[in-house]
Amino acid sequence: MVVSAPSSVVNNVEAVRLTLYEALKSDPNVVLLGEDIGARGNVFLITKGFLEEFGPQRIIDTPLAEAAIVGVAVGMAMEGLRPIAEIQFADFIYPAFNQIVGEAAKTRYRSNGDYTCPLVIRTPYGGGIRGALSHSVSVEALFYHVPGLKIVAPSTPADIKGLLTTAIEDPDPVLFLEHKKTYRLIKGELPAGRYTIPLGKADVKKQGDDLSVISYGFYVHQALDAARELEREGISVEVIDLRSIRPMDKTTILESVKKTRKVLILHEDNKFGGIGAEISAMLVEEAFFELDAPIRRLCGPDVPPMGYARTLENEYMISTERMAQAMRELARF
Amino acid sequence: MSAFERYGLSDDQLIWLLRNMLLQRTIDNRGFQLNRQGKIPFAAGSEGHEALQAGAALAFQRGKDILAGYYRDLGLFIGIGVTPEEALRSQFACASDLNGGRQFPHHFSKKSIGLVSMSSVIAAHCTHAVGIAYALKYRGEEGRAVLCSFGDGATSQGEWHEALNFASVHHLPIVFLCENNGLAISVPLRKQMAIDNVSERAAAYGIPGTTFDGLDPLVSYDTVKRALDRARRGDGPSLIEGKVHRYLGHTTDDDDRTYRTREEVAELRKRDPVPTYEAFLVKHGILGQAQIEALRKEILREIDEATDRAEAEPLPAPSELYTNVWEGEARPWW
Repeated sequence: MVVSAPSSVVNNVEAVRLTLYEALKSDPNVVLLGEDIGARGNVFLITKGFLEEFGPQRIIDTPLAEAAIVGVAVGMAMEGLRPIAEIQFADFIYPAFNQIVGEAAKTRYRSNGDYTCPLVIRTPYGGGIRGALSHSVSVEALFYHVPGLKIVAPSTPADIKGLLTTAIEDPDPVLFLEHKKTYRLIKGELPAGRYTIPLGKADVKKQGDDLSVISYGFYVHQALDAARELEREGISVEVIDLRSIRPMDKTTILESVKKTRKVLILHEDNKFGGIGAEISAMLVEEAFFELDAPIRRLCGPDVPPMGYARTLENEYMISTERMAQAMRELARF
Repeated sequence: MSAFERYGLSDDQLIWLLRNMLLQRTIDNRGFQLNRQGKIPFAAGSEGHEALQAGAALAFQRGKDILAGYYRDLGLFIGIGVTPEEALRSQFACASDLNGGRQFPHHFSKKSIGLVSMSSVIAAHCTHAVGIAYALKYRGEEGRAVLCSFGDGATSQGEWHEALNFASVHHLPIVFLCENNGLAISVPLRKQMAIDNVSERAAAYGIPGTTFDGLDPLVSYDTVKRALDRARRGDGPSLIEGKVHRYLGHTTDDDDRTYRTREEVAELRKRDPVPTYEAFLVKHGILGQAQIEALRKEILREIDEATDRAEAEPLPAPSELYTNVWEGEARPWW
């Protein structure tokens, strides 16, 4: 039995789980489909107990076929259900690429609104958990180029609940990215009751005046640690958690940059063609004369994913100290 | 008048089948003519598939069943409630086309009659059909089924296999209908698969598989109807395969002389389902030759008039490019 306590401190896994539970409770059209989400309760135990409570018609343990998981969910969505498809690890999403990019994201457009595809695809992404080449990747840049698709990557329990609730009720397909290193590491207040957070709205996780750090996912937490460290050195850092990658909150970014006049973009995904490239281009187009320093990007290196060996993974991931150092350099510029 | 197996069909239904077949062929030919006249950029024909599609359309229950078809299904589309004029509006990409002139010809959807939206990515719609069938079963909607059609080429796609497997695991109300014309654009069946019949693959999914003569509209009707009835009864999916011909190139952009001889096509034409069925109806006294000629003339006039009307329709306004990306305003930045 899943119990949703009044406002409580939970980790990210629990936030996903409780939000899915509420959705299943409140809307009979919500069905979950994915690998090992039934008796196993999902590999991270997110759906533990759901099969017993909601039954196999709604908690669908699928054959091991990602294209079918998303394709079947597209059909369900076209026919009025509210499917939440799970790709067990973002690294396994590639077989479903056409279904997401070519089908789900284009259903409304190609039919000129005759058919819609209200579908959520949840998937754990990101590294730093010894996941090696096939359990560590960030996939957001592969999808953020695609009109018709929304992408969300929250970092805290409260944001997960509000954004996942919105995503499930959204009339269009949403790719919901959950950073797996945050799953048990990050804990936070989970407000009681139903609430939503609009997609496309960033959150300023820490106010500051000297520079703006723009990030999402796990690195938001490291950036906050680094920012607090710099606070003791007299450097005031603003930390923006994008939360939504598409649509992205230009207003919040521009307001912050006009105040601090310096920008550091942090993401775990590769630098080349990553989310930071689009933010940089937007800032150069729209805030060039507001900038007092070149835009700085601190991102994953342009290699295929991080290796299994601890040394290789550490080299890929950006330490809090490296983040702090980049912030110092930018503040001094 | 001699006796024949009419599968419970009335004379009117037998004539309806011919009418559908003639409409298909006339609209097909019109597409190719308009393309050669430089009036439309592209057309794809279903010549040779007419009997199968007419029969399947007659087996389809309007207002109940769902069709997830593919671009070569013109006969099925008009047979379940797309009007010939809507087909022509799609060829001209009019603003009044079913999908606002966005899609390639004959890729339209029409949700009000259960015709599902499709792309040109082969077999991508098969899992959609399964999801729709799942929704019907989930809601406990009795007596409804999904008809999912595709060509032989689709059956090489992994997603096609994933769709059949998923449907079979969940015992869904769906019929997989293969329109096997022996060519995936230019690649012949013997290079596509090492078996003779697509239907043999049904065994791997624990569902019935049947091959039938897709050049015979009555056999097609009967086979599709029995498979749909089975699905509607809750007895699960099946795979049925109609052997058909493709007389034209893959599309107006394809020159089939590069991969098959005219003699091969002429040989296939000897069994052309349209004149064959006309002769059948005459032989059994359902229609006289003069009535068939009158029907052909009537259909040609209908398509001529529909062509003129569609050609006169306005194209979508350029501003239409930007609508229906998402619900509401579709900005990447917020």
